[in-house]
Amino acid sequence: MKILIILILSVFLLSGCNNKTIKGEKVYVYNWGEYIDESVLKSFEEDTGIKVIYEQFTQNEDMYMKIKEGGSTYDLIFPSDYMVERLIEEDMIQPINMANIPNIKNIGKEYLNMEYDPEQKYSIPYFWGTVGILYNEKLVDDKVDSWEILWNKKYAHKIIMMDSTRDSIGIALIKNGFSMNSRNLKELEIAKKDLIKQKPIVRAYLVDEMKGQMVNNEAALAPAYSGDAMDAMSENPDLKYVVPKEGTNLWFDAMAIPKNAKNVKNAEKFINYILEPKNAAKIAEYIGYSSPNTEAVKLLDEEIQNSQVAYPDLSTLGKLEIFKNPRDINSVYSEIWAEVKAADF
Amino acid sequence: MRFRKLAYPYIIWISIFIIIPIIMVLYYALKSGEIAGFTLDNFIKFFKSINLRVFYNSIKIAFVCTIVCLIIGYPMAYWISKLSLRKRSIMILLVILPMWMNFLLRTYAWMNILATNGIINNFLGLFGMEPLNLIYTKGAIIVGMVYNFLPFMILPIYTVIEKIDNSLLEASADLGATQMQTFWKIIFPMSLPGVITGITMVFIPAISTFEISALLGGNKINLIGNVIENQFRVVGDWNYGSAISMVLMAIILIIMMITNKFDSSEEKTGGGLW
Repeated sequence: MKILIILILSVFLLSGCNNKTIKGEKVYVYNWGEYIDESVLKSFEEDTGIKVIYEQFTQNEDMYMKIKEGGSTYDLIFPSDYMVERLIEEDMIQPINMANIPNIKNIGKEYLNMEYDPEQKYSIPYFWGTVGILYNEKLVDDKVDSWEILWNKKYAHKIIMMDSTRDSIGIALIKNGFSMNSRNLKELEIAKKDLIKQKPIVRAYLVDEMKGQMVNNEAALAPAYSGDAMDAMSENPDLKYVVPKEGTNLWFDAMAIPKNAKNVKNAEKFINYILEPKNAAKIAEYIGYSSPNTEAVKLLDEEIQNSQVAYPDLSTLGKLEIFKNPRDINSVYSEIWAEVKAADF
Repeated sequence: MRFRKLAYPYIIWISIFIIIPIIMVLYYALKSGEIAGFTLDNFIKFFKSINLRVFYNSIKIAFVCTIVCLIIGYPMAYWISKLSLRKRSIMILLVILPMWMNFLLRTYAWMNILATNGIINNFLGLFGMEPLNLIYTKGAIIVGMVYNFLPFMILPIYTVIEKIDNSLLEASADLGATQMQTFWKIIFPMSLPGVITGITMVFIPAISTFEISALLGGNKINLIGNVIENQFRVVGDWNYGSAISMVLMAIILIIMMITNKFDSSEEKTGGGLW
């Protein structure tokens, strides 16, 4: 009995360590890894006297789990399009008071009121891009203009696929002429079979390590986010990026304020600060992704402004689709991916 | 008897860090999202799903890894135990030394060794050979596992062999046994507790690892550890993830009970886990 009491007491003791006393103004920011120029964080702290507590995640689902489980509260998060949709649906983020963010005027109209947040109430676009094929000119002698090439046996063990449920299934769907947001079980079955068929020639399923593999000429072909492609191409001149003719996924990463945020005012100040053209340009230059901040883009190097990888003329690309939250069919997507991963090769 | 009180902190420690977490995992495993009360749904789901195949693959790979570790580890442990004291300490240090470095770093090092433009292929290139496809294969996973877990095989076997009373070997020689006979009749049976500890200590981490298969297998070969990690981190189905963990624990427990059966020696020579 005594032991039980001690036990219960110690559990309480251990869990009591959480209540920190808060002194001074703070803002808790939860962003993707390597997704901001940290000098902007410093200058924000100096200009406003608000301390930034900055943490990083590697994928939307990680971030989602962390918010859902509670435990830690963040004031500002950076979810992607379909995740914004999911967070709105599950009532996990709050409407943003746009009156406190005058710098939203710097965002190009074409990046606002997207399907994932039609009234632009909950989110503010941070970066955007496409998904295309990053390939090594020296290692590929066919013309790269279609997703089909990722199934070409000639390049066995030189193809890297994305270790990402949505992206990989999306590619298999659009390759067959279906929507990347397909909810049709027959179409999804075809996509699954295609991915299993492809597995023997896939070198590896990677996300972050893909860049290193391509830069070091270890692999020849890989689907890539345009921002990653820009980065890899700057390190290896043999690399080229192409958006396949079948079309692709247009993606957005946005800023949002979780429901349980404690320092909403500070989060708004932070958003407004990084929407300032000179700050936004600094960040865009540092991470190399495409900024929706049209005023900031004007401050970038001409070469980047005219780059067809970073700032393509969207009207020249094929079908562009933004991912939607698959809601009830989420488990079908994970099941398909589990079967692909478990398949022999 | 009065020393029994001294065990209380240990009991509390075990309860907080081992027993309570296991009960929590079991609780989660028996729960399912929509249903009130307890259910076996998560277990049924597991035994019906493709993950059963993943589980089978994990056992297979962990088994191969354990066998390879045993084949390399036993002779090495035996050889080290026969060295002079000074050399023995140096050899043991060399076995332990890599473990001072984080095992992820060591696995990354293997990525560089096995890469298409890596050390091995560069070396083969000197002789005009085409680069081999070494990384992101089952072989690469096994190599990574064996490298990381080999010390756990060598050390317990070494400790046991080293403690074998020399007079037993002398007696055996006196009675006219050959070296081979001495090994099979005396040393090998007496070293079994160490072998069994070694097997358990390699097999358990090998079956539940997920980083090695991700880094050296390129996420192509999912092991059960990857599936559990995925359930917790990405899918967010803690109940299903807990159920798979419970199945894994049950299998490990069964394997430990089987290996224990083989460990029949009445008197423990030390160095064994049990």
